[in-house]
Amino acid sequence: MAKKINLIIDGIPVTVDEGTTILQAAKQLNIHIPTLCYHDDLCIAGNCRVCVVEMKGARTLPASCAMPVAEGMEVMTNTIKVRTARKHIIDLLLSEHNAKCTTCYKNGNCELQNLASEYKISEPMFIDLVPHKNYQMDAYSPSIIKDDSKCIRCQRCVRTCEELQHVSALGVAYKGEKMKISTFFENPMFEVVCTNCGQCVNRCPTGALIERNYLDEVWDAIYNPDKHVVVQTAPAVRVALGEDLGLAPGEIVTGKMVSALRRLGFDSVLDTDFTADLTIMEEGFELLGRLKKALVDKDTSVKLPMATSCSPGWIKFIEHTYPEYLDNLSTCKSPQQMFGALVKTYYAKKRNIDPAKIVSVSIMPCTAKKFEADRPEMRSSGYKDVDYVLTTRELAIMIKQAGIEFNALSESHCDSIMGDSTGAAVIFGATGGVMEAALRTAYEVVTGREVPFDGLNITPVRGMDGVREASVKIENTVPEWKFLEGAVLKTVVAHGLTNAKKVMDAVKSGKGDWHFIEIMACPGGCIGGGGQPIPTNAEIRQKRAEAIYREDAGMKIRKSHENPEVVAIYKEFLHEPNGHKSHELLHTHYKERQRY
Amino acid sequence: MSNNFLRRVDLIFDQDCNLKDILKSTYQRNNDEIINELLESGLKGRGGAGFPTALKWKFTSEQPEPDKYVVCNADEGEPGTFKDREILFKVPLKVFGGMAICAKVINAKEGFLYLRGEYRFLLPELEKQLDSFHATLKEVGSDFKIRIIMGSGAYICGEESALFESMEGDRGEPRNKPPYPTVSGFRKKPTVINNVETLVYSFMIFRYGARKFKELGTADSRGSKVFSISGDTPKPGIYELELGMTVEQFVDELGDGDTKAVQVGGASGFCVPRKKFKDTIIGFEGVPTGGSMMLFNSSRSMYNVLKNYLEFFEEESCGQCTPCRVGCQQLKLGIEAVKKGERHTAYLEQLQKLAQTMKITAKCGLGQSVANSFFSIVENFKEEMIY
Repeated sequence: MAKKINLIIDGIPVTVDEGTTILQAAKQLNIHIPTLCYHDDLCIAGNCRVCVVEMKGARTLPASCAMPVAEGMEVMTNTIKVRTARKHIIDLLLSEHNAKCTTCYKNGNCELQNLASEYKISEPMFIDLVPHKNYQMDAYSPSIIKDDSKCIRCQRCVRTCEELQHVSALGVAYKGEKMKISTFFENPMFEVVCTNCGQCVNRCPTGALIERNYLDEVWDAIYNPDKHVVVQTAPAVRVALGEDLGLAPGEIVTGKMVSALRRLGFDSVLDTDFTADLTIMEEGFELLGRLKKALVDKDTSVKLPMATSCSPGWIKFIEHTYPEYLDNLSTCKSPQQMFGALVKTYYAKKRNIDPAKIVSVSIMPCTAKKFEADRPEMRSSGYKDVDYVLTTRELAIMIKQAGIEFNALSESHCDSIMGDSTGAAVIFGATGGVMEAALRTAYEVVTGREVPFDGLNITPVRGMDGVREASVKIENTVPEWKFLEGAVLKTVVAHGLTNAKKVMDAVKSGKGDWHFIEIMACPGGCIGGGGQPIPTNAEIRQKRAEAIYREDAGMKIRKSHENPEVVAIYKEFLHEPNGHKSHELLHTHYKERQRY
Repeated sequence: MSNNFLRRVDLIFDQDCNLKDILKSTYQRNNDEIINELLESGLKGRGGAGFPTALKWKFTSEQPEPDKYVVCNADEGEPGTFKDREILFKVPLKVFGGMAICAKVINAKEGFLYLRGEYRFLLPELEKQLDSFHATLKEVGSDFKIRIIMGSGAYICGEESALFESMEGDRGEPRNKPPYPTVSGFRKKPTVINNVETLVYSFMIFRYGARKFKELGTADSRGSKVFSISGDTPKPGIYELELGMTVEQFVDELGDGDTKAVQVGGASGFCVPRKKFKDTIIGFEGVPTGGSMMLFNSSRSMYNVLKNYLEFFEEESCGQCTPCRVGCQQLKLGIEAVKKGERHTAYLEQLQKLAQTMKITAKCGLGQSVANSFFSIVENFKEEMIY
């Protein structure tokens, strides 16, 4: 047990574990100390100095986020000295910040703005530094816009990119008054190792890093009577959207979201869940096919382990970092892109609509999906398969702009076709979900029985540990899959690219002998995606994940292969998983990218 | 001191010193004895901050970690100081000797000398001296090894924790403290980091004994110190002087007869105006210095002096913490605005308050000490700031 430390904060005695910071100890006493560079998910920086407090006997005011408690310490969080210093620091930050708040994308969700408001900063105390700098906005990326004039150098993005993602696309360049957050050789974000995951966007306290929004483009399409605008919504959106519309984290808003999308004017409100189920079919059979080739045909060219390919952040990461393993990726496109390819082919044909007139919009918890939709690989329908990708945040903005009282909406269901969902599809939104959904189907295909887990809940692959291994023993197979009799299918799940690196390094060194790897670029999986409501932290992600599993548990159909629309599309259009048509529309290959 | 003359001392620059004998005799003593002798001498760090050297060694020696390091901070970057260069040029073996004794006390197997980027010209000779030093060490039975690591020219890397970051190959940015280097320094291991001059004096204390050192100086500032004299003086250069003199004594001997101010301790130090020469002692009881002494005569604009310092800090701040990064820019632009009449003279008070905030909230000594020159120049030369 940790040693206990007694201290006094604002006259109140408190006992905490050794190693606790003053900031944490104050929180236990419900004393709020303002912070900016501090983030629950990241290491301590102690850069912004907003959280300074007075400590008896100390000449300086320590940053409470970085100062560990000590026996007998006496801390004051609200003195004239502290207040003056904090005001100065906020004023200094405002002086280097392009404070055109009314025209800022983050207006209303900016931590610096909140602080300025809390401390009632009226007249700027110091000289505006922005005109003294030659700021240029990096707006070349289809996913992320970087505006240095709004940057307050807290380095949350730098720590996010390094600690959570092991990408380090963003780093600190120069020193002194020229110090800035930049990329390799100051290249645009578009041209560096950035995976477009948007985790930096989720953690930027100001508007320095934001998603590229496509609100105007989508509104224009909706208002255009010649266009048939279809919208798909990813599984993780429905458990987070509420947060941007006044609800607590963990509320499921699927039905209201569908109603809102209809009210916004989308011609058809469909579900990415449908292609999530389709992904399970394609990817599941792809895995079984690879196992067959490896075990029965003794084909040594078969690449195992096979890795999931749903997460576009992960795809770009492997393209840059482990290009030699690109053939280990499942050839399946992500559910978003499968959906896009089918909307302008299968859907267009069935609904008798000219695919040239279809505008395909997706609502994603993700910023990397914007990049993915722009990939040259993603035009197999003959058109751009997905025209515009909006984040969960952008959808919330549209709902507000349309004057919709979200919480008063009644619930409704997605349209058909391509609107059916299963529990297996919903759990794609949480880390481990693809693995669980794949196992539910693959096990049943091979054995003819349901997976041997209570209530179909494959708990070993659930949870928030960075890397989770699980294995399933295959017994009593149906004749067709007899070669798998007695085999132990070894799987591993990782979320956050730092954990992806751990898994890939294990594969590389030969220590990881898995058959199937699920990797999601973002912490927590898509529920923690870079397009989700801000703020984010472990607790919020946990609540969203719980909601995902609640949604799954409440579904009538919980296995992808039982999705009636999936059954129908194979019958009418695709004929069989991994068949000719599938390969044409639903599968792709990726190419190596340089690190520099 | 009663007389009016500076007391020149020659403790460290003499070439007549038997390295091997001193090392041998010191190595025979036990660690407590060595620490006590150093404690007895009253030696304080010569880099400027003045932390008792013996305590640094003691705290580090008490750490249970098996891996510990001695680091010599030779990143001499304070404007107006060049004494470490002279020491490394003339008596490098004594610096290495100080490191070796420290290594014995704290039980370190490796030592590093972090050499200022601009001092690269010293490197070949230092490497040569180091070879001979290692040979001598071997003869006394120690396999302690010193390596020289080059800095790249950033002032901030003279800050000890930024120096460690730089040594580890990372960006030179100060760390949060605590933990202090005695607990977590280079490679996060317990580390003694001393200035070049401190190590030389440590070594000389084991040559002459604590008493001889302690006889010099005052109660707060024991011993002698190497000064770098520059500016409006007919006699610029390096002087080893006994501590305890007043600025007046100093100016009487080294000034050009028209000295209006002395900047003690470089850009991060204090400006002493003529009217305070008499009552200001150079040392820890008055104005401390890492060695830089810049003299300004009446032809100099103190506004320009301050602006020059602020430009220096604005550029040399690592940029990570708000008070230092933005504060330095604001102080510089602020005095310019007042000078040009774009801001009211009352803005100077606003800036002084800002400097006060920087002094107490900046993450490291760099940001904290900008206020020193700012206050002492603005307060004493207010008219020059305005007109």
